[in-house]
Amino acid sequence: MQEMVEVFLLGKKYTVPEELTIMDAMEYAGYKLVRGCGCRSGFCGACAVVYRIKGTTEIKVCLSCQTKIEAGMCVGQIVSYPTNKRTFDIEEIKPTENIMGQLYPEIYSCIGCNACTKGCPQGINVMQYIAYAQRGEYERCAHESFDCVGCNICASRCPAQITHSAVGLLARRLTGKYIAPQCEHLEERVKEIEDGKWDPELEKLIAKPMEEIQDLYNHREIEK
Amino acid sequence: MYTQEMLDSIKNVEKTRSERLHATLRRMDADEKDKLLQEYHPDYRTTGFKDILVGPNKGQKAPSELTDLLQAHSRLTGKHVDLDVVDYDVDVLIIGGGGAGSSAAIEADKAGAKVLQVTKLRMGDANTMMAEGGIQGADKENDSPAIHYLDALGGGHFSNRPELLSRLVHDGPLAIKWLSDLGVMFDKKPDGTMITTHGGGTSRKRMHAAADYSGAEIMRVVRDEVQNRGITTIDFAPAIELILDEEGKASGAVLMNFDTGEYSVVKAKTVIIATGGAGRLHYQGFPTSNHYGATADGLVLGYRVGAELLYQDAIQYHPTGVAYPSQIFGALVTEKVRSLGAQLINRDGIAFMNPLETRDVAAASIIRECSTNKEGIPALDGGSAVWLDTPMIDELRGEGTIEKGIPGMLRMYAKFDIDLRKQPILVYPTLHYQNGGLLIHPDGETTNVKNLFVAGEAVGGIHGKNRLMGNSLLDIIVFGRIAGKSAAARAKETKTGKLTLAHVEKFEKSLADAGVETDKVSPLLLPTYTHGRAPRKS
Repeated sequence: MQEMVEVFLLGKKYTVPEELTIMDAMEYAGYKLVRGCGCRSGFCGACAVVYRIKGTTEIKVCLSCQTKIEAGMCVGQIVSYPTNKRTFDIEEIKPTENIMGQLYPEIYSCIGCNACTKGCPQGINVMQYIAYAQRGEYERCAHESFDCVGCNICASRCPAQITHSAVGLLARRLTGKYIAPQCEHLEERVKEIEDGKWDPELEKLIAKPMEEIQDLYNHREIEK
Repeated sequence: MYTQEMLDSIKNVEKTRSERLHATLRRMDADEKDKLLQEYHPDYRTTGFKDILVGPNKGQKAPSELTDLLQAHSRLTGKHVDLDVVDYDVDVLIIGGGGAGSSAAIEADKAGAKVLQVTKLRMGDANTMMAEGGIQGADKENDSPAIHYLDALGGGHFSNRPELLSRLVHDGPLAIKWLSDLGVMFDKKPDGTMITTHGGGTSRKRMHAAADYSGAEIMRVVRDEVQNRGITTIDFAPAIELILDEEGKASGAVLMNFDTGEYSVVKAKTVIIATGGAGRLHYQGFPTSNHYGATADGLVLGYRVGAELLYQDAIQYHPTGVAYPSQIFGALVTEKVRSLGAQLINRDGIAFMNPLETRDVAAASIIRECSTNKEGIPALDGGSAVWLDTPMIDELRGEGTIEKGIPGMLRMYAKFDIDLRKQPILVYPTLHYQNGGLLIHPDGETTNVKNLFVAGEAVGGIHGKNRLMGNSLLDIIVFGRIAGKSAAARAKETKTGKLTLAHVEKFEKSLADAGVETDKVSPLLLPTYTHGRAPRKS
């Protein structure tokens, strides 16, 4: 027999099986979610919720698809958080300038409270990557923020009103495009393809009788 | 976290690990594979499929749940929408906020078109976001588009449309460069060489990755680019019916505001369907690795205006879905885990197959192991599963490989107190990908509805009846970009006539003529879950 627990979802009392996630518990309670539900696997950041256990002082935040329901949980949703992403032309900006400071000057208002890191459901050291961004260490910022799913729980907790996910994303795009080493074999292959170098081989293969193609497939050499 | 029975079986896995570590596991020959698929792959079951009674694919089969939606009533039946009141008048309407739709939006915008991109949930709420393993592209010296072609064709049982597949492999390296230039952080060596691995069915290591966040990394970059370009997007605005003009050209769509239920009318010179897959229809009762919104909406919309489907009965079951614990049941365990060396092991510790067979063969083999062979490990709800021996990875490739290569997997399991560096994990096939979909020409336009383009998982034919890992992230970029360019170019020479929804009535009549009786409406938009509770009246 399932163990049942009493919880409060958006202020209403329900009794739900204790093995469910918060998201599943809402559906068990009868909600058909439109907002606050995405990939259901912890990758998309759609399902941030805020909760406290009834009678305790601490407010907690988490992804509702990745967190088990608990007895006494009082759950509220963060279905849309007003972020402040700035726009830029990736071809124009350069990592050498203080582009981060120009686009996101509020990062210098960080008071070091660490509420962002404490709230992160991915366990990312958010305050650390903001510090990297402040210092112009974009590659380190990119790697530290890499697992960000953009739930913006950090932003909802930040007294300096930083949109951390946007800062991390800018650092990653700068890193991917400008800072990471350029890939020579890719550039070469792209040029060859544009010059049509590989077309004859492909066209010849496609034109072969199916039996011959099948034979080629079944006896193809596989790289170790 | 594991049960005692599971822990006992893990001992068997550990016992054989050292001798399995460097063993070369035999690959099945073509006949063996055919026999296995016939007997064990869910696509070959006779139950679970239903004949289509109306439309261009009349007389063919589709999964029952899909047939029911293709033959359901329109959400607009009996309602009047005034098409003279146009809320948005654009060149290119893109339906879908995933990787294909966003790539299309970027290219259409670059070409100077006025673009509107609408999505059912939020921008980026899509299967793209959840694609973990990687993206193929023949950019290494020992590789070529032709070798990539042969791999994908064999993997697809030689049923891929040559004109579509050749475009996919030809444009592969171009897509990788396009993403790289946008700032996607591919895994590279210090000298810039791409770190590439095998996927099931590949003959060259051409799987590019961004840890095991490959799709997420691609999605957040292309979404950011859509925003930077100032392209108009509307969230929570599913298209519920396409609009044609009096000549039968695709000319817009009726949107529903998902918050308020109100309708709005989009007039567009061209339309791109980029709505993704169908995992949330749970064919044959399988769990799914798909996004919440994967309900085949685009197939329904396209079919209702007369676009034809191809391979709508070919479904990909990803061999390694989470079988335990219950909170992440059905979620994806990326194929990269097998790419990095983890083997599939039965309850007695035996590696029962080469882990890098194609997905359909691997799925069928696991199902056989758990059914006829009775070698599965009892898991949830009376089902059984096999081990994926993850601790092998660090043993083979050095400590830290897992942490660096599959951090998402490590984190997903750690939340439930399973450290996959130390203990293997339980897997069973999960509904993963819609191999079939709407048939297109290589320029992205549907074969029989003018000005209607399709990109991404909603397309059928590129992958034949079985897709290889890493060819879907590739296809959304390649064909997303193609659709965006083609739709923008076509928009320039298009004059849209009077808007009409007459096809909706016509379709209703064809249902009645075929004797289809149904109380269903489609597109479905979202699944309904109650997690074991009996549905209440509403």
